[in-house]
Amino acid sequence: MFGPAEYNIRNERTERLWRILFLVMTILLIIPVLVILATLIVKGGPALSWEFLFDDPKDGMTKGGIFPALVGTIWLVTVALLVSVPLGVAAALYLSEYAPDNLFTRAINLAIINLAGVPSIVHALFGVGAFVIFFGFGTSILSASLTLAIMTLPVVIVATKESLQAVPYAFREACWSMGATRWQTIRRVVLPNAVSGILTGIILEVSRTTGETAPIMFTGAAFFLPFLPEGIFDQTMALSLHLFVVSTQVPNVPEHLPYGVALVLIAMVLIMNSASIALRIYLRSLKKW
Amino acid sequence: MMEGAPNGTSDKDRLTFDWYLDKVVQGLVFLGGISAIVLIVGIFVFITREGLSFAATQLDIIEFFSSPRWRPTSEYRPTYNILAMIAGTASVTGLAMVVAIPFSLGAAIYIAEFATGKTREALKVMVELLAAIPSVVWGFIGLSIMNPLIIELFDVPVGLNILNAGIILGLMAAPIMTSIAEDALKAVPDSYREAAEAMGATRLQVVLKAVLPAAKNGLLGAVLLGVGRGFGETMAVLMATGHSINMPDSIFDSVRALTATIAAELGETAVGSEHYQALFTIGIFLFVITFIINLLADLVVRGVRKG
Repeated sequence: MFGPAEYNIRNERTERLWRILFLVMTILLIIPVLVILATLIVKGGPALSWEFLFDDPKDGMTKGGIFPALVGTIWLVTVALLVSVPLGVAAALYLSEYAPDNLFTRAINLAIINLAGVPSIVHALFGVGAFVIFFGFGTSILSASLTLAIMTLPVVIVATKESLQAVPYAFREACWSMGATRWQTIRRVVLPNAVSGILTGIILEVSRTTGETAPIMFTGAAFFLPFLPEGIFDQTMALSLHLFVVSTQVPNVPEHLPYGVALVLIAMVLIMNSASIALRIYLRSLKKW
Repeated sequence: MMEGAPNGTSDKDRLTFDWYLDKVVQGLVFLGGISAIVLIVGIFVFITREGLSFAATQLDIIEFFSSPRWRPTSEYRPTYNILAMIAGTASVTGLAMVVAIPFSLGAAIYIAEFATGKTREALKVMVELLAAIPSVVWGFIGLSIMNPLIIELFDVPVGLNILNAGIILGLMAAPIMTSIAEDALKAVPDSYREAAEAMGATRLQVVLKAVLPAAKNGLLGAVLLGVGRGFGETMAVLMATGHSINMPDSIFDSVRALTATIAAELGETAVGSEHYQALFTIGIFLFVITFIINLLADLVVRGVRKG
């Protein structure tokens, strides 16, 4: 007797229809990528072996493995981190703990957004103009890593700033009331409570740096080198550039080889990102406040 | 703003080690803070320094933007004009947005307004992981998976074209746009939703009539950042566009993007040569355009926070 009115039933139907539409859109966004990942695994999987990871490229890069590219990527990422982590953490400390709310701070934030938004190839041009030519580092790991560090700096800054700001304000006030200076407060109270959040940001940065290609093309990464780098002034191969090279520049590459390189690269990136996300979720569950 | 922090002026009589250390650290982190400004200015200065003498002396600005002839290696008379590459970048980015905008907005609405608990967390993680796939891998996918697919489906001779790069770029930009759009939806206060629900609105009506209008600036910001991303993407468009300098007639034409031109040609030019400087001039143009897009996105998003 008191069943829903005609109007309500119609409403409920549209409601369900739209809800499903939004869900379908979400799924359509994810499905192509899953298909692509599956293809990479199916076609690249057979290429993977210990020899593939630990052998030099052979026969004009049509055979052999990717060892020098792996080592080169580790060099590039390590040197880039040594620059970007201290700089990024300092910038985040300033923005979170010191910066007044004024136009200058807004300019810094805008600069960070732009640093993240400048096309990667423009970062490459900057690397060439500044590090390779002006500072005279030549095409070297140093030039390439500095370029990568600047490009990925916003990742560290944003992640660090967020984890610093997640530390409750009362913690700082309590410490100041005890007569501690600002730095003592940061050192003893803020940083210890934020350090794991900063770590997740650093893992994300490693992942970003690993995958970047354009910024290193002209600043320090080489198509092919018969030896491993010995210092930061050497050139090096890199995994991301190696994928570009074997899939576009080298003739007669067997199909499984670039698929194998792509699979290794994407596996490294996704594993690091998953680790970062897992760490973040775990840390959130530990929070007592 | 740190309300109530010790400012170090009241206890000047206690010039202890810790007092000095505090000042030193404050100076150091300030240097870190301004580094972002120094770097962004530095990028502009250094690319301008390399490209300036060409841009200032030999460049006919009107011809540069209005002629499609980019013939850097012509022996008779090399010309450096970028209209064809602007058309390439614009067509690929345009198609990418047609692909990405509806899906990322739909996904953002679903994740922010409809999904709950574990489903929402899982979807958010998925979107975050999608955003992490490196662009060179996307380029490889365009080259090795999309290319044969397009040739077969549409019966065209070459599958490296606007369609290919547009879809790849759309898939790349969508996760980022989804996250930003979802943040924008989350930023709408719950009181808006409660008020609408109290008036008897259904969930859908709440979203369409109350949440979306309130979040429209943030959503516009998401779209702008997506456009900026597409505009600046290098490796994927280098590998998937087919790389021929053409004014495109259809989405099955091969094109070349501004970014890809720099990536493809910089290695072959002599430092300081005309061609080298012309490539840096393209870099200046790219820098300025993306700067404007990011500035606009920032202004649009800030507008909503103040309002």
